[in-house]
Amino acid sequence: MEAHQDLLANIKRRQMWDFVFALMGLLALLFALVTLLALIVDLAITGVPRINAEFFVNFPSRFAEKAGILSAWVGSFCIMITTAFCAIPLGVAAGVYLEEYSKKNWISQLIELNIINLAGIPSITYGLMALGLFVYKLKLGQSILTAGLTLGLLVLPIIIVTTREAIRAIPNTIREASYAMGASKWQTVRYHILPYSSGGILTGVIISLSRAIGETAPLITIGALTFIAFLPTPPVDGQFPYLNFKWLMDPFTVMPIQMFNWLSRPQPEFHVNAAATGVVLLLMTLIMNGGAIYLRSRFRKKMKW
Amino acid sequence: MRRLRERAIETVLFLAAASSVLVTIGIVGILVVESIPFFEHVTFKEFLTDTQWTPLFENAHYGILPLLSGTLLSTVIALSVAIPLGTVAAAFLSEYVRPSWREFLKPMLELLAAVPTVVYGYFALLFVTPLLQKIIPSLSGFNVLSAGIVIGVMIVPYVSSLSEDAMRSVPNHLREASFAVGASRMQTAFRVVIPAAFSGITSAYVLGISRALGETMVVAIAAGMQPNLTINPTEPAATITAFIVQVSLGDLPHGSIGYQSIYVAGLSLLVLTLCFNIVGLWLRKKFQEKE
Amino acid sequence: MQQLNLRAEVKNLIFSYGDKKVLNGITLPIYENRVTALIGPSGCGKTTLLRCFNRMHDLYANAQYHGEILLYPDQRNILGKEIDPMEVRMRIGMVFQKPNPFPKSIYDNVAYGLTVRGVKKKSFIEEQVEKSLQQASLWNEVKDRLHSSATALSGGQQQRLCIARALATEPEILLLDEPTSALDPISTRHIEELIQELRKDVTIAIVTHSLHQAARVSDFTAFMYLGDLIEFGASDQIFTNPKDQRTENYITGRFG
Repeated sequence: MEAHQDLLANIKRRQMWDFVFALMGLLALLFALVTLLALIVDLAITGVPRINAEFFVNFPSRFAEKAGILSAWVGSFCIMITTAFCAIPLGVAAGVYLEEYSKKNWISQLIELNIINLAGIPSITYGLMALGLFVYKLKLGQSILTAGLTLGLLVLPIIIVTTREAIRAIPNTIREASYAMGASKWQTVRYHILPYSSGGILTGVIISLSRAIGETAPLITIGALTFIAFLPTPPVDGQFPYLNFKWLMDPFTVMPIQMFNWLSRPQPEFHVNAAATGVVLLLMTLIMNGGAIYLRSRFRKKMKW
Repeated sequence: MRRLRERAIETVLFLAAASSVLVTIGIVGILVVESIPFFEHVTFKEFLTDTQWTPLFENAHYGILPLLSGTLLSTVIALSVAIPLGTVAAAFLSEYVRPSWREFLKPMLELLAAVPTVVYGYFALLFVTPLLQKIIPSLSGFNVLSAGIVIGVMIVPYVSSLSEDAMRSVPNHLREASFAVGASRMQTAFRVVIPAAFSGITSAYVLGISRALGETMVVAIAAGMQPNLTINPTEPAATITAFIVQVSLGDLPHGSIGYQSIYVAGLSLLVLTLCFNIVGLWLRKKFQEKE
Repeated sequence: MQQLNLRAEVKNLIFSYGDKKVLNGITLPIYENRVTALIGPSGCGKTTLLRCFNRMHDLYANAQYHGEILLYPDQRNILGKEIDPMEVRMRIGMVFQKPNPFPKSIYDNVAYGLTVRGVKKKSFIEEQVEKSLQQASLWNEVKDRLHSSATALSGGQQQRLCIARALATEPEILLLDEPTSALDPISTRHIEELIQELRKDVTIAIVTHSLHQAARVSDFTAFMYLGDLIEFGASDQIFTNPKDQRTENYITGRFG
């Protein structure tokens, strides 16, 4: 009986440690989530009252209360489009190649290793590369095109990795069924692999664009201006062919840089502007990420092979 | 005809995949090429031993040490927040929480990584620093401490997500073996799951370290931008990344020594990151041999 | 034959996963220092029943027990809500279908059960490790490399290591869940001989797919079918003179 008492005491002790550890785990999670909440609330309290229609249609100004983020959000928008055009085709094509085409040899291994390592390369070094290569060597200037290309390369690994995951989730039976019908490899990819993995690829695209929209350091490095009181050239005009891409070569600013600029001024009124910009920025990234999470869970449920 | 088309498509796709390697080559190549002229002015010895970094001053000094100390200091603070929090949270999510809760909590945690870094900078400067000043009155308005703490919270999801993936990929039969002889959850987590997931957890840490070393906006905003050779986290200091931002904000002629100095700084950062990656690789190798 | 003592008793055990009922009221005695075999076609619930004995199902959500498993002599109901599964597992050991050694050294594997209990005395642990490796007839093969990795052992050796790991804590009952299903015939024979030896020291319940194995190693046999216990008796009787038609069909190979 005594042995049994010892056993129970032993269990009690270990149960207590189990409980202590569970509590620590819960506290760790809570600490992280409460910090996130504090950040959102703090930013919202300062920033939300400042947000009104004029804030979106005014250019930055020396007077805090007249300043707005027109050039910043237009810049962010243009760069996001450029980034998407650069990164999506390249990333999806690379993902398709690595999953469907590549043979196990040193080249594909090198590419895979390289993609893993790209995730660890500091984003600011992308900016330095772009400054040396795009701005000075290729003479693209400190333009929207340069910025879009830079961020496109930065988010490329995200798109490649999510594309591969989405493709890997497709069972081999689908491929076999397609080949059995006499389809070529490309036809199989075009009519089966890409459509079935489009949901997964889309979540990757959204996540990568939300990352691009918040990136600041590489754009500062390529020499983005912090004070821009004009808009890029409109893409549509009255002359044939009515569409132009002059805007790609225009200088720009983006929301995070605008926020940084206001934040680095000593006057608290500008900090309020920074907070308001932060609210807009945060709202956009949270909505995009929330959407991606939702899409991912929906596609997981729907895809029952 | 059809075969030709297939070949052409495969080639195009291969080029896309290979372009990711070109990115790496481009980054390393440009950093090296633009750094070389710098060392025509400055000797390696001066670069590595001078205790001041003032490339834009009249009396210029080119010692990387102050930037290095700032970078390492903020990284150490960030990691002392992120590694315990991230690992404990990962073990909790993987071993304690039921799957339906995990499905909810993990994405919530990952939102921390979605917040733009400039917003974290705002938070560090205007929320965390005033908060800490209530506890440490001598804390200066710009300081490494709050920047480091905020970076730490920011990289928690990098550490926890990958660690959790690694822990969950430990096969269930090992857990059952542990429980079957009467181990508790915590014992199973610490003695079986975490050792078996060691390789993946190391990768998570290495990614976390890379993020902390390369983090820019939080330190540029909240830590001040004065190069300062110190290990006192309550003082302002500049990191390698903050210096690059500071120089980039000014007007800098192509080819000037200031221009070259940001490439040297970037190259140092890359080498530093590489060193930590190699240490991680070595640790993983060593542990795998032991098994 | 010596006198039969009850070591455990399953009483009207109903087990379900969510809404799915897997065991429909099982009643079964387990006798001390005897080998009890659980046989039946796939999906009959024999492994599920075995896993109830050390509360393995508690690791997964939605597991519900009704009824009792009493552990003698104190007649403690190990399925009771107030009983921590840890206690049950400290008293009842288990060996699984697939050998599952930890990726640690041979010594650490066997010592694991003792170290998680907080046993600090090194000499005692060393003693127990040697003793249980000998019981599992593995000692001679590994005594010179106790600190090398367990995963380098052969499948049969790994399974005997798992048996040693379960024995090191001196369990009251040893559960074997198809312990030879992943092994070659020679290793299988080795383990069967081992089971014969072990019954001197410990009570054994074994789930097996192989009727020959059940006939060779067990003293009692329980035949299960679709979540019910159809017939229980001395193995000689079950295999030579079954009372139930379904048992007869199964052992003569008409299904399963």
